[in-house]
Amino acid sequence: MANQWRRGRLLTGVAAVAVASLTLAGCGGGSSSGGGSSSGNSRGPITFVTGKDNSGVWAPMIAKWNKAHPKEKVTLKEQTDQADQQHDDIVQHMQAKDPGYDIVTVDVIWTAEFAAKGWLQPLTGQYKFDTNGFLPPTVKAATYNNTLYAAPWASDGGLLYYRKDLVKTPPKTLDQMWNDCKIAKQHNMSCYAGQFAKYEGLTVNATEAMNTFGGQVVDSAGKPTVNSPQNQKGLQMLVDHVKNGDIPKQESTFQEEQGRIAFEAGKFLFMRNWPYCYSLASTEGSSKVKGKFAVAPLPGVNGPGASSLGGHSEAISTYSDHKQTALDFLKYITAPAQQKFIAMKGSLAPVRASLYDDPALIKKLPYLPTLKTAIANAVPRPVTPFYPAVTTAIEDNAFAALWQGKPVSAALSDMQKAMQSASSGS
Amino acid sequence: MAAATVAPAPEKTRKSLRAGEGRRGILLVAPTLVMLAVVILYPLVRAVIQSFQKDEGLNPATGMFVQGGYAGLSNYSHWLLQQCAVAGGGTQPCPEGTLGSQFWGAFGITVFWTVVSVGIEVILGLWFATIMNREFRGRGLVRAAILVPWAIPTAVTAKLWFFIYAYDGVLNHILGFAGIPPQLWTSDTWPARMGVVIADVWKTTPFMALLILAGLQLISKDVYEAAEVDGASRWQVFTQITLPLIKVPLMVAVLFRVLDVMRIFDLPYIMTGGANGTTSLSILVVKQIRQGFNSASALSTIVFIIIALTAFVFVKFLGADVIQRPPGYTKRKWFRRKPPEASQSVEATPEGAEAA
Repeated sequence: MANQWRRGRLLTGVAAVAVASLTLAGCGGGSSSGGGSSSGNSRGPITFVTGKDNSGVWAPMIAKWNKAHPKEKVTLKEQTDQADQQHDDIVQHMQAKDPGYDIVTVDVIWTAEFAAKGWLQPLTGQYKFDTNGFLPPTVKAATYNNTLYAAPWASDGGLLYYRKDLVKTPPKTLDQMWNDCKIAKQHNMSCYAGQFAKYEGLTVNATEAMNTFGGQVVDSAGKPTVNSPQNQKGLQMLVDHVKNGDIPKQESTFQEEQGRIAFEAGKFLFMRNWPYCYSLASTEGSSKVKGKFAVAPLPGVNGPGASSLGGHSEAISTYSDHKQTALDFLKYITAPAQQKFIAMKGSLAPVRASLYDDPALIKKLPYLPTLKTAIANAVPRPVTPFYPAVTTAIEDNAFAALWQGKPVSAALSDMQKAMQSASSGS
Repeated sequence: MAAATVAPAPEKTRKSLRAGEGRRGILLVAPTLVMLAVVILYPLVRAVIQSFQKDEGLNPATGMFVQGGYAGLSNYSHWLLQQCAVAGGGTQPCPEGTLGSQFWGAFGITVFWTVVSVGIEVILGLWFATIMNREFRGRGLVRAAILVPWAIPTAVTAKLWFFIYAYDGVLNHILGFAGIPPQLWTSDTWPARMGVVIADVWKTTPFMALLILAGLQLISKDVYEAAEVDGASRWQVFTQITLPLIKVPLMVAVLFRVLDVMRIFDLPYIMTGGANGTTSLSILVVKQIRQGFNSASALSTIVFIIIALTAFVFVKFLGADVIQRPPGYTKRKWFRRKPPEASQSVEATPEGAEAA
């Protein structure tokens, strides 16, 4: 008895470990290169998939649609509010060719990957989607291989928050901004807060610096071109200002929230962050900078810098049975009325240029004109189906250059090699 | 089967009875075996098969992904030899910024954590268990207090320590009273690694203590009294009596913890996201899943083999008996069906009966 038990338990123990380490791998795989089947009559009820609706805009918009379209009702499926988990959730459903995911909400950085896997319905031919009046970078981010794969829905861009009580006029160029760091020193503050921890935010900040000097990460055909003199200048600038303390050492742990909290505590003169900080810094009880800050476009070499583009697009699944309804719904949620609604109700940045001049909206969101400049000058993060590998290459090497003394030229050369290796298979 | 005809008459009734029992036994365990096959064997085999396939590559003409085809051992050499593909064929050593370049680093740090965390946990666990085993007023309270960290989910523990280590966190605040300037605990390589060790020790020492305590409570008081009569020193009592008698539960506890730490994921993932040299093997697997399943399958197969080997070494050579031996148990009769008490009939049973 004891023997059998012993062996049984040992097997179970080993097996449990096996399960733990392998179920992860087991759920992967499968064919994903094929296109889906589209059926003839493509109208009917659909499911709309999006991350957790923290801004509360979807329920009312969908209710309104369902009232008008009783036969083509939309069901809302909320995922978690973690981007990585949303990504993985979509991947799993698409691999299972699930017709139950009719419209999926795609972060701008996933578009190319999902499109290249054949999961997204190209918005051409009978599914043509008109992007007239949209901010051009938002359309560019939803485009892969010269084909539009998703409808831009909400945008986002980086802004420069500055202390207007200490800096009279916001810096227009990078030189002016770094020069203003002496004001920070006089007031015993740090100068510039960005996102420099090793995570996606570092890719955003590093590519902003590189794009601002005219460099790119991948060219229009998706080939890595990161090892360029322009990128060298951009990354070197960040490294120099880490060295002279304008970007203090604790920023190696800074994500958006750490920066915001430090800026609200009055510890920084400048902060690069997304628009969501605006209302928090103006209203939150713990904010010491209420009424003392303003926003400006990110500074560039001679004028506005190149912000990274954030935001989400909405794409129709190849496996959807009701694509025509899905397309109508995309047109509905990107129409001016709905776009104004998401800005008013959810403080989201619309994708239609005209709304940024709407007086009612500007009253509610005073940073809109600045954000318009930011998004108009924004560069989408590298549009490549290998985005996860590309962002790892940027994060790891930029982090090593900023905080671990790796020479900038070596960092860029490794970035380039790592990206090339990713796009030619492991 | 053949045994039934060969065996002498008096044995016959017992034999056939046992054959029937065996068949019923197989029927009874069949659902479990099927379950195990579905949830363990299938993913395991599937992962191994996948690990010999290349990850999908991009067809440059269409811009669409296509199946990668048979990979041979290239997924394994990618990890073990850190060879990365270069454009136009061939391989090169993986540059920084690829996951391939992180394999041996991740392996090293995982082993480091295993050795250091489990080492500290054994020492602290022994100490805590000894305290909990004593009789004193307020023992219930002490026991409860020691067990609290174990009751907190690991994810919560990780977040808790994340806040403690933050630049504006509790730890820096307390050090501030002592005049020590704020440190970046999770931002430098070694502080971040030790931070994970501290959090892990904090959380799982109670588990260790609990298993050791169970062993301690089985030791009869007589043994200690006898030792006292013989004039043994406290150190002698500990090394000659306590340690040998708790060896089995101790090794089981160590085995569980070693396997736990070797696949550690949530603690470093939440505390540092794998930055600053805190990418464990499991974190590497999860990161690779987003870049290609087949290569991730190869990596998880490697991890599985490493862990299985560790478990094997523990059970076979270090005496981590997952089940307590009954008294009078004779060692290492692996292929017997009956316990040694009934050794005669066991001897008569040919190996073939097992297959029936």
